[in-house]
Amino acid sequence: MNRAAIQSTLAGTEPERDATELTRHGSTLSWRVQWAVPLAALFDLAIHLLFSKRAPAVETHSYSLLMYEIIGVSIVLNIVQRFWMPLRSWMRHMCPIFTAAILLFGVWDVVTLGFQMLPLPYFPGPAAVLRSLISDRGLLLDSTLHSLALLVSGYAVGLLVGLVSGICIGWSVPIRYWGMPLLKVVGPIPATAWIPLAMVISPSAFVSSAGLIALAVWFPVTMLTASGISNTRASYLDVARTLGAGRTYLIFRVAIPAAVPNIFIGLFMGLGASFLTLVVAESVGVKSGLGWYVSWAQGWAEYSKVYAALIIMAAFFSTVMTLLFKVRDRVLVWQKGTIKW
Amino acid sequence: MVAFAETDASALRIREIRKSFPAPDDPVTKRLVLDGISFSVAAGELVCLIGPSGCGKSTLLRLIAGLDSTDSGELFIGSQPISEPGAERGLVFQDPNLFPWLTVRRNIEAGLVARRVLREKRNEVNEFMRLVGLEAFGGAYPHHLSGGMAQRVALARALINHPKVLLLDEPLGALDAFTRMRMQDEVLRLWENRRTTMLLVTHDIDEAIYMSDRIMIMTQRPGRIDRIITDALPRPRDRSSSDFLRLRSDILELLHFAGDSATA
Repeated sequence: MNRAAIQSTLAGTEPERDATELTRHGSTLSWRVQWAVPLAALFDLAIHLLFSKRAPAVETHSYSLLMYEIIGVSIVLNIVQRFWMPLRSWMRHMCPIFTAAILLFGVWDVVTLGFQMLPLPYFPGPAAVLRSLISDRGLLLDSTLHSLALLVSGYAVGLLVGLVSGICIGWSVPIRYWGMPLLKVVGPIPATAWIPLAMVISPSAFVSSAGLIALAVWFPVTMLTASGISNTRASYLDVARTLGAGRTYLIFRVAIPAAVPNIFIGLFMGLGASFLTLVVAESVGVKSGLGWYVSWAQGWAEYSKVYAALIIMAAFFSTVMTLLFKVRDRVLVWQKGTIKW
Repeated sequence: MVAFAETDASALRIREIRKSFPAPDDPVTKRLVLDGISFSVAAGELVCLIGPSGCGKSTLLRLIAGLDSTDSGELFIGSQPISEPGAERGLVFQDPNLFPWLTVRRNIEAGLVARRVLREKRNEVNEFMRLVGLEAFGGAYPHHLSGGMAQRVALARALINHPKVLLLDEPLGALDAFTRMRMQDEVLRLWENRRTTMLLVTHDIDEAIYMSDRIMIMTQRPGRIDRIITDALPRPRDRSSSDFLRLRSDILELLHFAGDSATA
């Protein structure tokens, strides 16, 4: 540490750090950040064109078009960010990760199409997957909507039943006595293990799959809700009682709000379990949805379609997950600054 | 034996209370915590309860609040026997225990919501926020508040129910010395302003002398009321006056004596 820095620390101000902060967050984006994305896309394009004789022309066409688009958009953004501060800080944050992702496509292209180091048809190149994504978009969209409908109905039922049973088990001692053993014995069985039974007893594949998803969501939601309710700080309940609170107030305005952080952990665990159950239920029972699409494409050995569906699934599931995070951030605004996950 | 005035003017009357808890290491034997406590507090009076830690001060307050039940003895609020918690007895703990999921304003409203009278008394919320000087912080969440501010919210939350008796369990115990002195004045101001009967548990002798009309000194395990001192120093009190210091040294001597007899 130099003397100026020591003095400024002693004086309680940090002029030097302020100066570096200003250049880091202020005026301009370094040229490296600005050009990383278009250069990476250009690199991918060059690699692909180098090997493109092996690929069908239609694949090469859409893949190069995508790379041109990336180059075009990133150059436009580079110009816009000069005048628009929020975009600049967003780009500063996101450019490295985008660059890495785009370069990964190049590597994938080299390994598959370029040197054919991985056996076909199991490992197609990125251009082939992109082509499947485009050519099968109707069916993929339809599958996504079916998956969404199944997920939402199953999750909603599991959530509601889980909240009610969790609140009852957490609050009432007799219900806990009878309910907890049931929960502990039945809950840990993976929902997918019930598939044979569900197929026998349910009227339709959709209902049985939604039921399985609900079951998968129900267990963690119930468990975490119950533990949140029964671990409500006794002093909150004491305070509420001295304020004149009756049982309804104690349950709905003290115990449940106090349990909400715990309930959200249950919701996230339930969401993960519901994705798993959804895909499995679709591939064995329901004849629609992304899980069904994957096993159908695999049956025809069209692996580029399998990967296309996986990409859609990744986008779909991570969007749903992000939505739940947004809901949590809104509901738990009172915890702001104290939650770290 | 302590004499107490048996008039109906007393806001709080307590007669021969006994309370024991199971010993932590051996649940069969019971340990007597309070042994025949009797006293009464007149309406509008501010009474302090001091004593060594573990003498059952907090237990006594929980009994009065109705959060625990006695083994024997009687408690009256006015002429009503105490059997369960009620809004006419406010309780403020050392930890403010604000509901972290509610804003300052909603915390103060909590008593009105719990008693389902929010609609009629909504205008009082502003009055109580002003009373504790927090009208600018209505939308803040408790984790943004300093210790003193949080405790002021807790006071407003307890006072909005217009309790006949406000029970204060070391409410300023967790605050730093300066905040604590400022908050003592704040509590006194609320007391003078609203003439709420207050029973304040503390382990700070200066606080007891500075604030109370009477000081009850408790002995250690089992808790008994050893002595009641009338604190007639003129208000506002001067913490460094000779009368103040004399009373202080008297009480110190008493507590020291109480400690000796308990260990003997």
